[in-house]
Amino acid sequence: MNMTALPWDLQLLNTLAALLLLLSFAMLSQRRIVALVDLLALQGALLCIATLLLAWRTGSHHLYVSAALTLGLKVIFLPWLLHRLIRRLGVYWDTEPLLNIAGTMLVGVLVVIFAFGLAQPISALASTATRNSIGIALAVILIAFLTMITRRKAMSQVVGFLSMENGLFFGAMSATYGMPMVVELGVALDVLVAMLVLGVFFFQIREQFDSLDLKHLESLKEDQ
Amino acid sequence: MSYGFASPLRLCLLLLTAWSVVGVAGLVRPLSIAFVARTLFPLGAAIGAALAAVGAAGLHYPVEQLVLPIGLPNLPVHLRLDGLSGVFLILLGAASAGVSIFAAGYFRRGEGTAPGLLCLQYHLFLASMGFVLLADDAYAFMLAWETMAVSSYFLVTTQHRIPEIRQAGFLYMLIAHLGAIAILLSFGVLQGGTWHFTFDAMRAAHLAPDWATIAFCLALLGFGAKAGLVPLHVWLPEAHPAAPSPVSALMSGVMLKTALYGMIRVSFDLMGQPLWWWGLIPLSLGLFSALYGVVFAAAQTDMKRLLAYSSIENVGILFTGFGLAIVFAGLKMRAPAALTLIAVMYHAMNHAFMKSLLFLGTGAVLHATGERNLGHLGGLIHRMPWVAWLTLVGVLAIAGLPPLNGFVSEWLLLQSFLFAYTVPQTFVNMLLPLCAALLALAAALAGYVMVKFFGVIFLGQPREPSLQRAHDARFAERLGLAWLAAGCVLLGFFPTHFISMFSTVTLQLKIGGLPESGASWWMLVPVPERQSSYAPLVFFAVIVVVVLLAIASVRLFYHQRVRKGAAWDCGFGGLNSRMQDTAEGFGQPIRHLFQPLFAIVRELPSPFDGQPKYRLEIGDRIWRALYQPVGALVRQVADKVAWLQQGRIAAYLLYSFVTLVVLLALML
Amino acid sequence: MKAFDWIVQFMGIGLAMAAAPVFVGWVNQCRAWLQNKSAPSILQPYRAIRKLFHKDAVIAENASRLFRLAPYVVFGAMVTAAAVIPSIATRLPFTQAADAIALVGLLATARVFLSLAAMDVGTAFGTLGARREMMIGFLAEPALLVVIFVVSLTCSTTALPIIAERLSAQSFALNPSLAFTAVAFTMVLLAENARIPVDNPATHLELTMIHEALLLEYSARHLALMEWAAALKLFNYACIGLAVFIPWGIATTDDPSSLAVSVPLLGVKLLAAGAGLALIETLSAKLRVFRAPEFLATAFLFAVLGLLVRLLLGA
Repeated sequence: MNMTALPWDLQLLNTLAALLLLLSFAMLSQRRIVALVDLLALQGALLCIATLLLAWRTGSHHLYVSAALTLGLKVIFLPWLLHRLIRRLGVYWDTEPLLNIAGTMLVGVLVVIFAFGLAQPISALASTATRNSIGIALAVILIAFLTMITRRKAMSQVVGFLSMENGLFFGAMSATYGMPMVVELGVALDVLVAMLVLGVFFFQIREQFDSLDLKHLESLKEDQ
Repeated sequence: MSYGFASPLRLCLLLLTAWSVVGVAGLVRPLSIAFVARTLFPLGAAIGAALAAVGAAGLHYPVEQLVLPIGLPNLPVHLRLDGLSGVFLILLGAASAGVSIFAAGYFRRGEGTAPGLLCLQYHLFLASMGFVLLADDAYAFMLAWETMAVSSYFLVTTQHRIPEIRQAGFLYMLIAHLGAIAILLSFGVLQGGTWHFTFDAMRAAHLAPDWATIAFCLALLGFGAKAGLVPLHVWLPEAHPAAPSPVSALMSGVMLKTALYGMIRVSFDLMGQPLWWWGLIPLSLGLFSALYGVVFAAAQTDMKRLLAYSSIENVGILFTGFGLAIVFAGLKMRAPAALTLIAVMYHAMNHAFMKSLLFLGTGAVLHATGERNLGHLGGLIHRMPWVAWLTLVGVLAIAGLPPLNGFVSEWLLLQSFLFAYTVPQTFVNMLLPLCAALLALAAALAGYVMVKFFGVIFLGQPREPSLQRAHDARFAERLGLAWLAAGCVLLGFFPTHFISMFSTVTLQLKIGGLPESGASWWMLVPVPERQSSYAPLVFFAVIVVVVLLAIASVRLFYHQRVRKGAAWDCGFGGLNSRMQDTAEGFGQPIRHLFQPLFAIVRELPSPFDGQPKYRLEIGDRIWRALYQPVGALVRQVADKVAWLQQGRIAAYLLYSFVTLVVLLALML
Repeated sequence: MKAFDWIVQFMGIGLAMAAAPVFVGWVNQCRAWLQNKSAPSILQPYRAIRKLFHKDAVIAENASRLFRLAPYVVFGAMVTAAAVIPSIATRLPFTQAADAIALVGLLATARVFLSLAAMDVGTAFGTLGARREMMIGFLAEPALLVVIFVVSLTCSTTALPIIAERLSAQSFALNPSLAFTAVAFTMVLLAENARIPVDNPATHLELTMIHEALLLEYSARHLALMEWAAALKLFNYACIGLAVFIPWGIATTDDPSSLAVSVPLLGVKLLAAGAGLALIETLSAKLRVFRAPEFLATAFLFAVLGLLVRLLLGA
């Protein structure tokens, strides 16, 4: 496929999609929790730019609102909330993940292959210009899930959860030029509420176990 | 069509019979080394060279068949010489010629078996391998296959007084027989209901896809066991080191390739049109074997075990390519399938020469020093220059460095992996480039292993004072090594000739051929539309010219003065041989990086030990996870069945009585 | 092949041999500027090499012929690589002798000879360096191969001159797959040429050396050839990267005037590449030896991501 045949905004969108995938891998391997939250903010920023580009290209106004919402929530508010939580809880480093870094990366690559293969028939059905990126969105979601699985600290798992939501958002944008406004507002509200509730939970866990390492939760299991 | 007596097939038959005669002649004076070594082995070598020549000539003739009057009543022995057999006969003849010449100088005193008996076993081994390549019906094939296994068992247990060698032989025989049963069952399925066991009948039979899959899997199991594919590889690291070096060379170099031959014969010839997804099984098993073998090779301290694990790696590469060829053939991609199969056959021939050369080199080292352990060798390039430099050719070749032969087959295989993008299956076309990257990793690791092998044995300082008494190889051994090294060089410098030879095979098997590239004979362009080219002679010429020019310029403009002194060693002084890397030390990065694959047992000294000791044992996880439980299960079942053996005559009479009654009841 | 092509070919080889030490000097100069130090003159590597050629060679008593032959073989391999890489023009005779994969094999040959020579004298540092050099090497090769794969997917060939021609024929477009592979290639370049963050080329602590440890026993003309070969290796890697990722300006026709453009443009590109290299070296810290495999695994990951993105997005 000759790249110069595509207009510049589609080229930019493809680049942003690729950078999004790269960021999710970066989050998979990152051990500093502060850096993890910054990467999440960067992911949100990229999503915002992509939404603006798409809004400019298709001319639909609800995408502008969507972009503003993304900026406000995912780039500014949620990272600020997380940073505050990190400072108050004092967790800065994640402990050794389940599988070593190289193994996690290899599993990540296999997951990406799986996602890409799965997405190809779906891309064929979609009618948007960015339908090729559906595979990337699916890959981002699955890798975020993997991030949640291979982490030990609760904070990293929350970041993984938010990254999953980012991937979902990107998938919706690629496939159908965004979700209906009602759905988006509802999802945003859900995420916000989840964050507040989780914040409360973190304090409870820390009070109980003096640590946010989730392996302590295993001691709640009954010995049978 | 009859060619009279001098047809290629009849000539091959004659030469193979000559090998058997040479073998039996060894029994005439079984205890005389001079007779066996000076006369019979060189004769065997000459027969091998002639066999290679006849095989090469036979490629230009059409396919030929012959029925011998011996064999079973309604299944006489059928023989057939086609392109595939011809190519592997060249491999057998040429590689074994070099090994036989070496063996003529190598067997100097009895090693537990009388030389005449050794000669018989050796030449029967060679002849049976030849018959495997010529066999055209299941009976002849299995007969030759079993003879090959049995004769090689006796060869492996040449020094049968040592218990480890006996155990290695037993393991070898066990897995060889398991494989043989699988192959026999596969032939049983392949006959497809006609109950005719000739290969022609199998070619004509049409199997339902399920049965064809079962036949393929059984064949893969059987031939994979003989080739040393993981997880049926456990016999290789035991049997190859236990055998004398020429025998190890033959087993690694030639016998493993007969398994590949069998696989190609069954999948492409007997089964006609393979299903594409079958190829994924040998592809994944081969890739895993390649990585497993080379990683273990890097951790070995015994030089022959290192080479045995390297053989496992190369068998893995062969089966990876074979799997890819099946994928392409099943998807009707003719040119890629042809290219892949050509790359596989090229690699088989390369490995025969490279690995035989390396094993013979270790044989010479073993004879000169009596040491197999890398920790007791070193600095032998000064005492054994011929062996060292000829082995260097083998080392550079097997590491896959241009312009030698190992690189050509690797290059061809990578070029064929580049066709992966055109595969229509979605997941496969993304996974195949990843497989190519893993193959490149295995090849690069092979380079690491070979630097360790050559560096620890031949370079550096001698780690034992007795190494000062090592002597170089004698004339016959040098000739054998030089023959194999020359083979490596020729295979590397003239790839176009060999590729045209191999493409007659792929055309005969109805896979396809390589398109004409119109390039000169010294440039290899396997895929014209890609314009990727490789000209080894030009490469080599440029390097040699630059090297000579550099030497000449330095001599002209500056000077050639050299002073000898003690090693610099950064001024620390007191350098002794214990300060250089050991074999374990050189393998440590690999052990560290690939830790999950090993089952490592380490004993570290504590600071309070009066006599601190360090012990490292590297085990095979597959042995512990698969073989030991299976062995335990078999023993349990055997114990239960052993209940039948009561020891009382009344019980045995009762068994006979019950059998008789049951048979009478069934008849009536 | 016309006579003009041969002249350009030899000019290219001569240019590589002459410019390689200056390139190393330029990188050192940029690094000094960035770190607020003063570097020796750019021509200092020439003077060093010339000085070494004049000296008497002192060789360990137990060194073999391999030890004495290896510098020539390594130098020969690097010059051959310079002949094969299309740095100033693509229609040259020797560039058809090897494609990208063969080039990687040629560099592997040099590496193997270097490691064997280091093991020859049997010192602790030499064998340690050999072990580490081969470790870096075996991890870099798969990454490099996936880079070649991605590029060959875009240009459907593995021959470097044709890749350069096809990529320069396209106008500038955002290719995320090529961007990822460029990052992977840069990381492999850093690893293979013994630059920070994998190895410090200016270190004198033997236990931290990877590439320098292989040269410890060499002196005089052998050391000169080895140093020159190392400079040539960096030059070659830079030219490969430029030919693949920034190919605009390489002469693709037989026209002499296109050479008048490509040679100065190559100079400008190399100046920028050297400055970029110095910047990366200044901003990074040297990794522990056993983090180097992780570094190369990251390079491999970038290359694989580039491949997957290319397969999915077609970009």
